[in-house]
Order: sequence, then structure tokens, then C-alpha cells
Amino acid sequence: MSTTDNQLPLWEVFIQSKSGTPHKHAGSIHASDKNMALENARDIYTRRGEGRNIWVVLSDQIAASKTEDEAEFFDPADDKVYRHPSFYKVPDGVKNM
Amino acid sequence: MKTAEEKLKDFDAYIESEEKIEPKDWMPDEYRKTMIRQLSQHAHSEVIGMQPEGNWVLRAPSLRAKKILLAKIQDEGGHGLYLYSAAETLGISRDEMIEQLHSVKAKYSSIFNYPALTWADIGAIGWLVDGAAIVNQISLQRTSYGPYSRAMVRICKEESFHQRQGYEIMTTMMNGTAEQKEMAQDAMNRWWWPSLMMFGPPDNESAHTKQSMQWKIKRESNDVLRQRFIDKTVDQAHFIGITVPDKNMKFNESTQHWEISPIDWEEFKQVISGNGPCNHKRLSHHIKVHKQGKWVREAALAFSKNQQKNKATLFTN
Ligand SMILES: [Fe+2]
Ligand SMILES: [Fe+2]
Repeated sequence: MSTTDNQLPLWEVFIQSKSGTPHKHAGSIHASDKNMALENARDIYTRRGEGRNIWVVLSDQIAASKTEDEAEFFDPADDKVYRHPSFYKVPDGVKNM
Repeated sequence: MKTAEEKLKDFDAYIESEEKIEPKDWMPDEYRKTMIRQLSQHAHSEVIGMQPEGNWVLRAPSLRAKKILLAKIQDEGGHGLYLYSAAETLGISRDEMIEQLHSVKAKYSSIFNYPALTWADIGAIGWLVDGAAIVNQISLQRTSYGPYSRAMVRICKEESFHQRQGYEIMTTMMNGTAEQKEMAQDAMNRWWWPSLMMFGPPDNESAHTKQSMQWKIKRESNDVLRQRFIDKTVDQAHFIGITVPDKNMKFNESTQHWEISPIDWEEFKQVISGNGPCNHKRLSHHIKVHKQGKWVREAALAFSKNQQKNKATLFTN
């Protein structure tokens, strides 16, 4: 950030579109505090009724895994096929399972 | 540890397989630079583009027209903000981008350096300028940079109303009095060629096209997109009885495309290098308003710091 001017801190915006659905990342905005962040998020990302609830969080508060470490980071799940129902044999004729 | 060469090879293969590049992924410096240039130029265009239309908010012919125009301009501001955010994920700050705009290091679309002289210009801008932008932006939905691609999807959803409201104005005027028809035709005459220039120089002269296509930043070439726009728009013009200001334009039966006369690229070069009718006005207005808003940003930040301090004392007491 330059010293002569500022564009206010960066926030990430998560929007819930319908009751019962998860909040989804929509993008980011700049704001000086939580209230301004919520209002800016509303004006930028929900001009056509795209949301019924908004979360905002300061961007620098988010921790993220690294895409280049994808393989190692997620490998604990790789060899556990028995977590999927298709792993199991169900005798022919058994129903509703 | 992978060498730079291996990384580049992986990167190219990744792009080749139609995967999207995300902010924290490794990318060649040149890709990052190109992406920042294109994103910031696109963002600036959305924001500067609010000015020619803003000129007509207070003179809109009805309350309905005024509300529509305001909503459209507000969308363009939103588009600018989505795109600034996408650019920021690449490590450039919004301050820097605005500074580059003000010091003419960053460009914006040359189309916004033309004036909106009559109400018919608002029709022509929506129909032609947004129409051209849509053709370009639909193609960019498949760009290789994830945040840019997602911003384009969102923007495209909002754009089609922009073009329709413009075409509605043109249709209304073409069904109106002789003077109104003349106004609509006059706007068409002034905006047609600059709209075609929006797609950028011809493919054989475009400095950035080849690498951008390889990295799937651009998905289709300037000329391909321009032709798509021409074919759509000429039919729309004929439908409402407006004349395309190109006497030698003809339909090629074998290619099924409209063929236009050569574009005056000298005019394009003049406008893009600062000599268009409104370059100075657009930029000085942006600089002025940006400076006027400085105290608001400072006050907002001071207020938030104070609030945090008050909260802190509340908890320690
Ligand atoms: Fe736009
Ligand atoms: Fe638009």
C-alpha cells in the first residue's frame, strides 16, 4: 500500500443465495470496517437479489492450502476406497441399501 | 525442487489441459504481467465508461429512462470493482492501478474518449459499445486465469440488459419523428466505426495476440471477434431500418459474412495515444473525483481505528 493514499483493507465476500444452501465465495471488496464491508458487498455482489445472507472476512485472515502441494496434502484420502459405498459387495436381491 | 524450465513446461501443459490458473499458483512473470495489464485495462475501461453515460442521467427523457440508465452505470462500476479485485489477486494494489491510470501508464478502451452528444448516443452506446463488449467478454469467460474467468461469467450475466436497453432506445427513436430518426442515424454514424475498433488492431498487427492465445488468456483473435460482432449487429440495424455507415459493405454469400470497408486505424492510433476528443476530460475528471474522495477514505479508516481502540479498552477494564 502506498503511503500517500489508501484504498482501505481488503475483504473476501461469501454469499448464501437461498436458505439452507452454503455460503459461496463471490469475490472481494475494500472497506474500512465490518459494516462498510457488508454494505459494499451487498452493493457489489447482490444487485439482482443474488443473496439472502452475506459473510465478510478480512482477506489476510484466511489460511489456504497450496495448489502445488495438492498431491501430498490430500494423499491421506487416496488409499481409502473403503470409504465409498461402491467398495462393498451387496448380495443380489437385497433391496433399499 | 523443480527448475524454472520444468515449471514452465508444467505450466504450459496445465493450460493446454484447460485447467484454470489460480492466484497462488506458480506462473511465469510474463503471464502475470500480461494478466495484470489486461485486467487493469479492462477495469479502468468499465470505470471510465461510466462518464459518457453519466453525462445523460440528469437529462434522461423520462423517469423510467433515468432509472434504467442509473442501474446500467451502477453495473459498470461493479464490473470495474470485480476486475480490480481479480487484478489484485496477482499482487498489484488498487492504489498502484489507479496511479498507473492517472499517469497514463495504464490504458483504457479508446471508445470512451468519444463524447455522448445526444440521447440517441445512449442508445448507440448500449447497443453497439456494450454489444461489442459482450462478444469479447463471452469469449473471455474461458480465459485461463480463474478470477478473470469468474468475473467474466458474472459480468456477462449483467451485460445483456445493457445491450437491450440501448437497442430499445434506438428502436423507439427509429419509430419516432423524422428528427428522432435522424438523431438515431447520426449516433449510429459516429459510434459504428469506433465500436469496431474496440476489438483492437487486426491480427497481423496485434502485438500481444500470439502469446496471449497460447496461454489461453485470449481465446479468440481480434478479427474473429470483430467479425462475429459485425454479423450480429448489421442484421439488428437492418431490422430497425438504420443504415450502417459503410457504402461498400456487402454480404458474402459463400462465407455467409458481412464484409466491411477497411477500418481507419490511424484514427484508432490517435485516440489511443491521447488525441481523441475526450481523453483529457475523462482522465482529469477521474483524477479530480479521486482526490475529492481522499478525506472520506481517511475518515473511514480513522473511525474504524477508533472503534477498535474503544473495544480494546472496554475489554481490559
Ligand atoms: Fe461492463
Ligand atoms: Fe455494460
